[in-house]
Amino acid sequence: MQKNHFELFGLPARFSIDLQALDQLYRKIQSEVHPDRFAAASSAERLKSMQLATEANEAYQILKNPTSRARHLLQLQGIDTHEDSNTAMPADFLMLQMEWREAIEEASAASDIDALDNLLSETRKTARQLQQQLHALLDQPDAIAAAAETVRKLSFIDKVQADIGHAINKLQDA
Amino acid sequence: MAYSDKVLDHYENPRNVGSLDKNDPQVGTGMVGAPACGDVMKLQIKVNDSGIIEDAKFKTYGCGSAIASSSLVTEWLKGKSLDEAAEIKNSAIAEELALPPVKIHCSVLAEDAIKAAVADLKSKQSDKEVA
Repeated sequence: MQKNHFELFGLPARFSIDLQALDQLYRKIQSEVHPDRFAAASSAERLKSMQLATEANEAYQILKNPTSRARHLLQLQGIDTHEDSNTAMPADFLMLQMEWREAIEEASAASDIDALDNLLSETRKTARQLQQQLHALLDQPDAIAAAAETVRKLSFIDKVQADIGHAINKLQDA
Repeated sequence: MAYSDKVLDHYENPRNVGSLDKNDPQVGTGMVGAPACGDVMKLQIKVNDSGIIEDAKFKTYGCGSAIASSSLVTEWLKGKSLDEAAEIKNSAIAEELALPPVKIHCSVLAEDAIKAAVADLKSKQSDKEVA
């Protein structure tokens, strides 16, 4: 059975999430299980607190990011997003990925940080639109396939954004 | 991670990079992507009147293994019929390039790109027969 990461924080298993509340709940758990508090505890108690700390950290990372949060919601419904094996994506989306990749190469070659910043904004805009679609899709039981595809698209965009970030850092360090 | 010599060779000297006219009725285009690593691959094949692949081009954004996999298959595709092309298996690509297990998905991407290009060309040809 897939572990429900929302339960750990007592949050409802929904895509809409109060990130501030999540932050506070995460910090509360981390302070409760801090090793300093268990200095005099039994080794069994220490181990248990360490496990909870690890679990809370994993759950927090998954819920904080919209892509992994949506992936987790689908997993809870028994749906695998097949991001490592499903290579069929809509052609227009793949064309857009190609264009972005070309734009990263061109801007990097021209040391154009502004162009990379603009590209990053563009990818964020597309990601926001996809996240809005997910809100609607995840609430419909018959839209699970579409939701899984949207998660795959967001997974692509996360990677592009990371690569744009690396390209910007490289130019700034140069 | 160390790349094999064959991967490095294809990565440093990729064969058949470029594009064919996607509107040409003799050209099939396959585009696929791997969400987990963000790789995008476009593979195009052009058949002659006997249905034999006479040209193949690719454009790939991704790691060295993804580029090498697509470069290798463009070499393999030339001279094959569409049915022979569709028989190319990712395991053969992975074996030829000595891909490590974590890079097997790059060869899967190349196999899927071939299948998509063949399917595109076949659908173009059946449209022509209907018309």
